[in-house]
Amino acid sequence: MKIIYILWLRQLKRYSRSKSRIIGSLGQPLLFLISLGYGFGPVFQKAGQGNYIQFLAPGIIGMSIIFTAIFSGMEIIWDRQFGFLKETLVAPTSRLNIMIGRTLGGATVASIQGLIVLLISVAAGFRPVNIMLLPVAFMVMIVIALLFTALGTAIASLLDDMQGFQLIMNFLVMPLFFLSGALFPLKGLPMAIDLAAKIDPLTYGIDALRSLLIGYSNFNLMTDLGILAIATLVFLLSGSYFFSKIQI
Amino acid sequence: MDIIQVNNLTKKFKDFTAVDQISFNVESGEIFAFLGPNGAGKSTTIKMLTTLLRQTAGEIKLNGYSPIEHPDEVRHSFGIVFQDPSLDDELTAYENMEFHGVLYSVPKKIRRERIEHLLNLVELWDRRDNLVKQFSGGMKRRLEIARGLLHHPKILFLDEPTLGLDPQTRNHMWNYLRELNKLEGITIFFTTHYMEEAEKIAQRIAVIDHGKIIAIGTSQELKDKTKTNSLEDAFLSLTGKVIREEEINSTDRLRQMHRMHHKRLGH
Repeated sequence: MKIIYILWLRQLKRYSRSKSRIIGSLGQPLLFLISLGYGFGPVFQKAGQGNYIQFLAPGIIGMSIIFTAIFSGMEIIWDRQFGFLKETLVAPTSRLNIMIGRTLGGATVASIQGLIVLLISVAAGFRPVNIMLLPVAFMVMIVIALLFTALGTAIASLLDDMQGFQLIMNFLVMPLFFLSGALFPLKGLPMAIDLAAKIDPLTYGIDALRSLLIGYSNFNLMTDLGILAIATLVFLLSGSYFFSKIQI
Repeated sequence: MDIIQVNNLTKKFKDFTAVDQISFNVESGEIFAFLGPNGAGKSTTIKMLTTLLRQTAGEIKLNGYSPIEHPDEVRHSFGIVFQDPSLDDELTAYENMEFHGVLYSVPKKIRRERIEHLLNLVELWDRRDNLVKQFSGGMKRRLEIARGLLHHPKILFLDEPTLGLDPQTRNHMWNYLRELNKLEGITIFFTTHYMEEAEKIAQRIAVIDHGKIIAIGTSQELKDKTKTNSLEDAFLSLTGKVIREEEINSTDRLRQMHRMHHKRLGH
């Protein structure tokens, strides 16, 4: 559909035109990778867990994907009053198409960020164990991106102004990231954290990425993909539902 | 022929009645204004007319269609320039127009011709490949007018269109709009709280306050009715002189943030 395409294209154009934002958003993953990777590296090695950079990189890739994805979903709050959203809501086209176009666009941008972080990780010393699995890993990145763009859309559709945004970032997105096993192995954890990690959809995404990129994982790859797929579907459906209910 | 028919329109938000049983008609080709203080119900009414909000009670017929039963037909019938800019800042002027054309299913060839014609009309053709974020408030408003007309709607809604614009831009803007009204018979419905604007531009004016229409008529009729000499005095006589207490809402907060980031708003 032309409309989905043009909304997708719009997200891409916006992304490629804000050079400073692209570079800025790569700063954080790079910082985490270098400081934690080389910082905790010796400790990790000593604990018998191997190379921390190898372990960490998929987590950092996941990090850049979810932050970019949630942010593009949240753009809706701003767009609602000052942008573009009003223009699309008043147009004779279905809300579903608009939501699909935006979500696909946002997810594409987040996936591209993930890919760039992968390249940065390689520059920092990360080595995927099997090059043939890279395309599959990219597919997983896309699914993670879709999940979190849809989540961002769902939340943003329910919020009225930017004040909720801070709350969401600190009390939802950060916990989702930190408790997902992106930064530490999920073995021998206290029960509360273990439980939190298990209900966090990102955990399965990162685990799948680890499985494909470094051959190590906590859960079964199939379990990961299954849960990821279901979670993504649920968020896509709720995202479209809440989006369709937006009133200006 | 009446292109807009509103009958006993009401909108309640929980226990607050924003629009209270208003009725009015707008003739095809007319220039009609809604004049009223902030919080009077102007924007809420426009939202109901433009399918953005569902009424609590009452009927609306726009170009013969009901916004509830035939939203898409209604949407094809109007274009709108919102109070706050609804352009995409990170796209060019041309891209913003193109986008609108695709959303309204305007076929490619016609789209290209109309984009050129309209951008020339609002004198933005040579800025077509510039990003909108580089535009001043007046240029953005002109672009929005061009965009709103791309699908050749029968009605153009404008919500406080000249708020924050300098007199030259205001003058230019109304000149294009009056040309269009004369040449193509497009109906123009605008809201404002600038008296001289309503007086100079509108053929008929509805004075709205506290969600009710207090008076409708030509500028002269309103002055006669209130036995005053200027529309401003007529307005004050109809709506009283008390300053309106308003609570800041989320829209105002966002506007404050927008003003902080976009210093050129209002040029």
